[in-house]
Amino acid sequence: MSAVDISVDGPAPVVRDRTTVQSPRLSIRDLVDEMVSGLLGRPGRLVLTALGTVLGITALVSTLGLAATAGNQIVSRFDELAETRVVVSPTDTGFGGQAGTSNIPWNAEARLARLNGVVAAGTKSDVDVSGALSKSVPVVDPLGINEHQISVIAGSGGLLDAVRGTIRTGRFFDEGHNERRDPVVVLGPAAAQRLNVFQVDIQPAIFIGEQAFVVIGIIEDVAREPDLLNAIVMPDGTAREFFGLTAPAEVHVDAEVGATQLIAGQAAIALAPGNEDSLRVQASQGYTAVRQDVEENVNALFIVLGGVSLLVGGLGIANVTLVSVLERTPEIGLRRALGAARRHIAAQFLFESTVTGLLGGIIGASVGVLVIVVVSALRDWTPVLESWLPFAAVGLGALIGLIAGTYPALRAAKTEPITALRSG
Amino acid sequence: MTMTEPAPNAGPANAPAVIQLVETGRTFPGPPPVEALKPSNLRIDPGEYVSIIGPSGSGKSTLLHLLGLLDRPTTGKYLLDGIDTGQLGDNERAGLRGSRIGFVFQSFHLLHHRSVRENVELAQIYNRMPRKDRRARAEAALERVGLAHRIDFTPRTLSGGERQRVAVARALVSEPSLLLADEPTGNLDTEMSAEIMEVFDALHLDGMTLAVITHDLDVSARAQRQVRIVDGQLHENAVPRTRATDALVVPDGQEPA
Repeated sequence: MSAVDISVDGPAPVVRDRTTVQSPRLSIRDLVDEMVSGLLGRPGRLVLTALGTVLGITALVSTLGLAATAGNQIVSRFDELAETRVVVSPTDTGFGGQAGTSNIPWNAEARLARLNGVVAAGTKSDVDVSGALSKSVPVVDPLGINEHQISVIAGSGGLLDAVRGTIRTGRFFDEGHNERRDPVVVLGPAAAQRLNVFQVDIQPAIFIGEQAFVVIGIIEDVAREPDLLNAIVMPDGTAREFFGLTAPAEVHVDAEVGATQLIAGQAAIALAPGNEDSLRVQASQGYTAVRQDVEENVNALFIVLGGVSLLVGGLGIANVTLVSVLERTPEIGLRRALGAARRHIAAQFLFESTVTGLLGGIIGASVGVLVIVVVSALRDWTPVLESWLPFAAVGLGALIGLIAGTYPALRAAKTEPITALRSG
Repeated sequence: MTMTEPAPNAGPANAPAVIQLVETGRTFPGPPPVEALKPSNLRIDPGEYVSIIGPSGSGKSTLLHLLGLLDRPTTGKYLLDGIDTGQLGDNERAGLRGSRIGFVFQSFHLLHHRSVRENVELAQIYNRMPRKDRRARAEAALERVGLAHRIDFTPRTLSGGERQRVAVARALVSEPSLLLADEPTGNLDTEMSAEIMEVFDALHLDGMTLAVITHDLDVSARAQRQVRIVDGQLHENAVPRTRATDALVVPDGQEPA
């Protein structure tokens, strides 16, 4: 039964059933109107209230986005190197050891080069020179120290390419030197510095122990295996001839991107058919795994930061809403006198704080995305952002407003109309 | 909730009293307990204009809060439009308050950032008034208090008298059974007070039931009937100007003015 009966045209007198009591009701539309008026009636306060959430959400979105962006950046830098590296070594010997048990064949380079996806391959072994010192002149100067303990590494002709090295001057040795067992060496830049060898056009010689070797090239740099930089590098054949190297210790492969797992599965078979278990193949883990790892590390830090700022933002809303409730006590009393039930009062304040949080979330997410784009543009990065993140952030803002508004809203609902009206 | 009083369409002659206090009292728990309103009887019939006068601390506010359903009596019964309010829950009391009592406060209690019209419309949002009629109702109520020309102003730009008239319009807009005014002229100068009293006179002539609580004798004298409250005790004052015979039930008999 309707307590209020209104004729269609204009304000007719209220015809009230005198015997019926109806509970008050507040339509959603009226609640929205009251919420909007309540917020817009005090725009300055709205801005202040929302500011905490804006900052918190901005911090969260921009840090998460920047973490993803930077993580992507970091990964794509070392990615290519890591992603293209395969190393084969004997299972049962120490890494890089010159072991009699190594069954890597001398022609490992040729065998692996045939595999699909291999860009370059080369053997690499430490050479045991029995403590012989290296020097660049045969004269023994009793006053000067011109003898050095420099490590000697043997390799195949493809080693330089396999470690992505470059030559500063001269050339790297090739299979011809290897097969002929020529007494030639290539120096790493640090080794060249110590031996005072700077040009190779005069065919300088160095001595390892009493044996002379012609320096045919000096390395500029390598992307992998930096021990080559401070070493004397000679062909496998030469090392076999002069120092009794028995087998290559490692094979390094530079693979095409994405081919490492494939090569890893084939390398051992190619090198030691029927005896694959004697070889250990190291290939980079997948691209995504590395990226996720980095992102997770970076994210964990920033999520904490963003979380703290959000907490502060939420406390800000709670505080200002509480102050607002106290300040609006007369209004609460008035609304109660006008027939509002406690739940209407609670709903209004809760709604106001939720919408405040929502506004803060929208602004914060927008600013956060802007920050990511601007920073990326300044640093020439590709902005990376999960597409759901801004929307989740907006929802989070509203949720924070809701939670923050709960206590003030309950407090408002508890306010006795008498007290509220008196305080006006 | 349905009450057992006369039929809805009963004529004025046998209509239930708007206000009926039956041995109604209010004691605030101590320590020490304060008997702010001693068990009293009071009947206000439809169309009456009653002033309740008393010094501060006499129990005026307690009576106002009871009449306005803002508080509950500790003893006795309070019937509003024949409905026993003691039986009602908080929600229903709020509904009753919103639809049957129009409050006018000493400090106006207008929302300053809302327009005059919105302030008046506010009284309709909780009591199931259809949205489409609200504006017209608010305008009609403002017309009744002579403020049709101020409809889009904000309360800040109005004089005190005008603000209180807005509050009266807000109280009228849901066509309540009772207009309950608490020191309506307390914040107004003489001229503005006169303005409000004229509005009340006009409403009385229109048949509105008014209860005005005041400590001001001039305000009180405008009413058709005066009830004095002293130390929580109600006394009928003076001879009512009209309808004297059926007007009152008073515990201590009548006191001549």
